[in-house]
Amino acid sequence: MNVIIMGCGRVGSRVAGMLDAAGHQVTVLDTNPAQFRRLPESFRGRREIGNGMDGPALEKIGIEQADAFMAVTQGDNRNYFASQMAREVYHVKRVICRIYDPVREQIFHELGLETFSPTSIGAQIMFDMLLGQQEAK
Amino acid sequence: MYVLVCGGGKVGFYLAQELLNANHEVLVIERDPGRAGQIAEELSSNIIEGDSCEATTLDLAGVARADLICAVTGDDEDNLVICEIARRRGVVRTIARINNPKNEALFKKRGIETTISATQAVLAQIEQELPTHEIIPLLQLHSGLELIEIRIPDTSPVVGRSVREVLLPAESMISLVVDPGGVPRMPSGDTRLNAGDALVLVTRKESLPMLREILIGSTHGLDT
Repeated sequence: MNVIIMGCGRVGSRVAGMLDAAGHQVTVLDTNPAQFRRLPESFRGRREIGNGMDGPALEKIGIEQADAFMAVTQGDNRNYFASQMAREVYHVKRVICRIYDPVREQIFHELGLETFSPTSIGAQIMFDMLLGQQEAK
Repeated sequence: MYVLVCGGGKVGFYLAQELLNANHEVLVIERDPGRAGQIAEELSSNIIEGDSCEATTLDLAGVARADLICAVTGDDEDNLVICEIARRRGVVRTIARINNPKNEALFKKRGIETTISATQAVLAQIEQELPTHEIIPLLQLHSGLELIEIRIPDTSPVVGRSVREVLLPAESMISLVVDPGGVPRMPSGDTRLNAGDALVLVTRKESLPMLREILIGSTHGLDT
């Protein structure tokens, strides 16, 4: 699969490394080139400097040929904006979008995006860990 | 009319002020506490401090009974999100400010029809005011000579005249004539100039105003 990942933070760089190791063609996009240091040494994909909310920048890195787009910058609205651009303007088949705010995540999900909220997931895991432990005792 | 103004920057502030003057019910939502305090003083507290991108803030502002929402922050992504959430909360009329004109397509695709772009407005004005038959500088040659291109408009005084009849400024000459079909010709004295021809000329910078008058005619637009 040809995958574009917007945002090379902890999650972006990690999923990039995983997809690359699994043999996929990966392009990582970040406005700050210093972030590329997070990628594993073995990473063979492309590192591109640019803003994923900018149409021409996305075209330059080949959004029209991408099978999947993942938005994992720190900004919920940025992730949403870029994801809708990938989906509505460039017709990328799979668009996955991280939204920290659970309320917004719910709304964006209802608007047809594949979204996930690390906040909800993390809270649920902590809840389960704590109560699970109590019940085990 | 109850209008929610999201973003208390210059656009949001003056917009709210005008709407209040026109006796509308207005509430500004501003994220920055300092700015919000400032606006509270000037607009006699028709403001709440908060992030308009959060549904809870919009609910607090009474989004459900708003007749119109204006998303006028400086960030296009925020403005899109505000409009999307407001529409989910039942607001029918949304107006979004767009900073990057290229983003307009996405707003339209998302069904947000009313978008305002200052950049686009200025651009449109420039296009309107620029004379359509501009002199295009092509190349700076040495010793102060320049290579330029001029397209002959219908209204040009040289239409139908031969190159010989056209008196050009000193050290200026027509070196190439490209007809509207794109066919280039080396002009002789007998070559007739037609409307739509593109002329490539060698000239001096100081002769440009005179050249414009001779080949294009009375100037209009920015220079007038």
